[in-house]
Amino acid sequence: MEANIAVPTEEKGKWDGGGPKPFNASYGKMMMWFFILSDALTFSGFLAAYGLTRFKFINSWPIADEVFTHVPFVHGDFPMIYVAIMTFILIFSSVTMVLAVDAGHQMKKSKVTWYMFATILGGIIFVGSQAWEWNTFINGTYGAVKTTEGKVLQFVKDGKQISLADFVTEPRTDGRIQHTRKNGLWFEGEGTVQNYSVAQVLKSYNANPDIQVRTEFIDLDKKQKTILSREEGALRLAEVKTVIEGANLQANEYGNTSFSDFFFFITGFHGFHVVSGIVINIIIFFNVILGTYEKRGNYEMVEKVGLYWHFVDLVWVFVFTFFYLV
Amino acid sequence: MAQAHESNTKRIWIVFGILSVITLVEVYLGIIKPEALHLSGPGTSWLNWIFIILTLAKAYGIAWVFMHLEGENKWFRRSIVWSGVFLVSYLVTLLLIEGGYIFDTLSPLLRW
Repeated sequence: MEANIAVPTEEKGKWDGGGPKPFNASYGKMMMWFFILSDALTFSGFLAAYGLTRFKFINSWPIADEVFTHVPFVHGDFPMIYVAIMTFILIFSSVTMVLAVDAGHQMKKSKVTWYMFATILGGIIFVGSQAWEWNTFINGTYGAVKTTEGKVLQFVKDGKQISLADFVTEPRTDGRIQHTRKNGLWFEGEGTVQNYSVAQVLKSYNANPDIQVRTEFIDLDKKQKTILSREEGALRLAEVKTVIEGANLQANEYGNTSFSDFFFFITGFHGFHVVSGIVINIIIFFNVILGTYEKRGNYEMVEKVGLYWHFVDLVWVFVFTFFYLV
Repeated sequence: MAQAHESNTKRIWIVFGILSVITLVEVYLGIIKPEALHLSGPGTSWLNWIFIILTLAKAYGIAWVFMHLEGENKWFRRSIVWSGVFLVSYLVTLLLIEGGYIFDTLSPLLRW
């Protein structure tokens, strides 16, 4: 390794890859910090844009704990629980990372190896959880309808949201089936045809006197969405154009489409960071096993990827607060 | 490396404990949403202020202990923290004011 590292002997103020350093930090570590700073600004740009959009629609923004209520393998409403578990997984993998760095300072190779392994495992579990969360969000829970003005109307029974599948019992009459490239017009596909047609939903609404319509509008004194009376609901439903089930970049059964856009972009960008963190961690993990840092005489590389990994955790702390809690 | 090489394991676990407790408090408050905190407060609700302050406390713990900012050279630390804090608070302030303004202008035109 000595051949690759220039160690200035007489020029004490020179900064060329080793030796004396400004701020007493090595080149790699300092650049990692400045990269983290710039990356933090990118994330704050995302979150600040989210804040702007949310303030813009402050009286109709989806309420996060009504959106993220699912836990794998368990039925029922558990707002926040799953995200909290994900947060713990990430914080814990941050702890194993810092323990790896700590063991590296003491040149304990096997300890560094095991802690790095645990960190990578934690990262993979986190990304897996994220994928499950996305899947749940994309598939949706209840289904809703959208008016010609783009307003989303949901259905409630006794003040609790009810899914389309639970009350739409009328048969579908428009005869629509999914058109694919294989049938009908040659080489022309179409977007997904929803399970229910608008006419079907309207008929079922009229047939079920218990069902009410809930609008996106939030009563700011109570911080709850407004539920319309049966008559008002019927009037609003007359303007309905489409049925939405689930969420994507164009439609979102939970309310404002910007909400799902920001969800995908912010958690997606964070998830991308986690994935790249895992890849870098794996590379360093193998270097540790091969004894690269043992030979080099220091485990500073572990410290540098550690910084990146902690940063990913740090960002999640903010995403957790501003997307799920506030 | 000018850093001391003694083990900090105990301190790391203590900080992990603190971060976990803060997260648990946040989740608990987020689930029960006590009305007194949720429905009133300056600017936003008291609950939101609690969340923001707890988040900053967590960020401090992660940056200072896990990322070891406490052990870095003072001006190195300042060059990172001050730049970030200044730019982020500037951006957030402007965008949130703008968002509030758009709401004031737009909402009378919307029918719900």
